[in-house]
Amino acid sequence: MSPARPPEGADSRSEGQARSAKGASLPQTVLRAREVTRRFGGLVAVDRVSIDLERGRLHAVIGTNGAGKSTLINVLSGELPASGGSVELRGQDITRWPQPRRARAGVGRSYQRSTVFPRFTVLENCRLAAQSRHQRPWSLWTAAATCAVSLPAGRDAAARAGLADVLHTPAAALSHGQRRQLEIAMCLATEPEVLLLDEPLAGMGAEETERMLALLSELKAGHAIALVEHDMDAVFRVADVITVMVNGAVLASGTPQAVRANHEVQAAYLGVEET
Amino acid sequence: MNARIVSVLVGVLALAVWPLVTGSFGIDFVAKTMIYAIFALSLELLVGTTGLVCFGQAAFFGLAGYAAVKLSPEGATAALLWLLPMAMGVAALYALFMGALSLRTKGVYFIMVTLAFAQMAYYVVHDTPLGGGTDGIYLYVKPVLAFGSITLIDLDKPLAMYYFVLGSLLAVFGFLALLLRSRFGRALAGIKANEARMRAAGFSTYPYKLAAFVLSGAIAGLSGFLFAVKDGFVNPELLSWHQSGAVLIMIILGGLGHLRGAVIGAFAYALLQEFFKSEAIFGAFAKHWLLGMGLAIIACVALLPRGLIGVTDRLKARRAPQPVQAT
Repeated sequence: MSPARPPEGADSRSEGQARSAKGASLPQTVLRAREVTRRFGGLVAVDRVSIDLERGRLHAVIGTNGAGKSTLINVLSGELPASGGSVELRGQDITRWPQPRRARAGVGRSYQRSTVFPRFTVLENCRLAAQSRHQRPWSLWTAAATCAVSLPAGRDAAARAGLADVLHTPAAALSHGQRRQLEIAMCLATEPEVLLLDEPLAGMGAEETERMLALLSELKAGHAIALVEHDMDAVFRVADVITVMVNGAVLASGTPQAVRANHEVQAAYLGVEET
Repeated sequence: MNARIVSVLVGVLALAVWPLVTGSFGIDFVAKTMIYAIFALSLELLVGTTGLVCFGQAAFFGLAGYAAVKLSPEGATAALLWLLPMAMGVAALYALFMGALSLRTKGVYFIMVTLAFAQMAYYVVHDTPLGGGTDGIYLYVKPVLAFGSITLIDLDKPLAMYYFVLGSLLAVFGFLALLLRSRFGRALAGIKANEARMRAAGFSTYPYKLAAFVLSGAIAGLSGFLFAVKDGFVNPELLSWHQSGAVLIMIILGGLGHLRGAVIGAFAYALLQEFFKSEAIFGAFAKHWLLGMGLAIIACVALLPRGLIGVTDRLKARRAPQPVQAT
C-alpha cells in the first residue's frame, strides 16, 4: 500500500524493510501503549491508558472535552513526554524517544487545528514534509523545489489526499476542508506506519466529511490509525475499535457494538449530546 | 524573477564601477557599507530565514576583528589565506558555544540570552589585558594574498580592499541564495513558519538551528575581519550591543525575508547616518544626529511595514490591483 521507498532514505531504510516484511500478515499491533500516564502538576490528564493500534484497523478514541484524548495523542507522538508507562513501536520501546525520531520511525500525526505552512503552496507543504525522510541538509547544490525524491513523494501524498487540483495554491488560500486534507497529506508524505489523527473532521461540511471518511477507510488498509473525533456518526461508521475516555482514564474499549451497548458508556457519554 | 536578477546585476555593476567615478572618501564609505551589508546578510539568515531574533550578532563581528589583529604576526605580513579562515573560525566557534546554549530558549528569552552572551564577550575584550582595553589595538601590517614573490591581493591598498570586500559580498550573497533554495534552506523556512510541525514531520530542529547559527556567526566573522583589516584598528565598540541593534535595524529597514533587503538596508542605514550627521544640512543640530536618525527609522518602519524592498511590490499593486491571494 505505501509507495515504494526511495533508495536514498538510508536512515529509515531498515525500518522500512522491517515494515514491508511484516506487511503481508493479518492485523498486528504496530504501536502499543502500556499504562501511559501524563500529569500536569497535580492534574492527571492521561491516567494509565493502554491502547493497541493495529495495521488495518481504525481505532477511535472518544470522550468529552477534557477527557485527555488530545493529550494521549501528544504523548503517543512524543510531543509530550509520558509521566509513566511505556510506548512501543513494533516491539521496540520508544518511550524516551523525542518526537522527530518517532516521526522518522513511522509515527505520523495530524493536528486538531490546522498547522500547515500557510505561505507555502500545497505542493511545497507536502514536499517539505516528505523531505524529512531524506533530509540531506549538506547538499546545497540541489534546489529543494526540484529534489528528485521529495518532490514526487510530496506530489503523491497530495494526490492521495485529494489535493491534486490545487497543488500550486498557497495553503492559506485553501478552504477549511482542503486544509484538513492537507493536514493528512503532509502526514502521509512522511510515509508513516501509524497515523494519529486529532479531529480531522472538525468543522467540516457534510460533503467534505464524506470525502474524508472515504480517505480514512482507504488509508486503513496500510496504516494503524488512531482517530480522535467528536462526530459520533462518523466514528461509528469507520471505527473497528472504540476506546472511551473519561477524566483521562479508559472507561470502556471494544467493538462499536460492544461500546454502544455498554451501560457505563451510555450513562457517562453517549446519552449526552455532544457539541 | 527576472526583475530580481536584473536588480541584482545592476547593483553589482554599480558597485564595480563606483571606484572609477569617486574619490577616496567614496571608496572608503562604500567599502564600509558593503562590509555592513555582509554583516546584515549574516543576521538575515537567522532572523529573516530561520525566525531566530539574535541580539548578539556584534560578538561574532568583534571577535573576528580582534582575532584578525591578535593573530597577525607583529611587524610582518600575515597570509590572508590563513588569517581569514582563522578569524571566521573564532567567530564560528563562539557561535557554536552561544547557539548550543541559547537555542534551548525561545522568543524573548532567546533575544535576552544572545544579548547576554554578546555582552560577556564585550566585557572580556573591554576589561582584560587580552583585548587592549577601551583604546583598542592597531593592526600595523595588513594581510596579503601572495604566492611566492607574486602578491595577488594587498589589502593595504584601498582599491584592492574595495574589490576584495565586493567579492566577499558577492560570494556571501551567492552562497546564501544557493542555501535558501536547497533542502537545508527550505527546512529553515519551515522552522520559521512552524517549528512544531517540522518536528512532527520528523525534523530534529535543534541541529538545523545550530547549523544556521554557526554559519551566521562565521559570515558575521567575515564582515568583522574585513572591518578590522580595512580600518587597521579594533576597539571594544565593535562588540557593543549598539552594533547588534544597528544590524537588526538594517535588515528590518531593508525588508525581512529577502537577501536583497539586507543589502539595501545596510546602504539605507549608512546613507541616513551620513545625511543626519551632515553639518552642511543640519548645522549645529548635526551633533544630535541620533535623534533624526531614530525618527527617520520609526517613520520608515511605520510607513513601510515590509521594508524598502516592499516598496516595488506596493507600487506594482497600486498600478495593477491583483486578486487577493496570500503571498
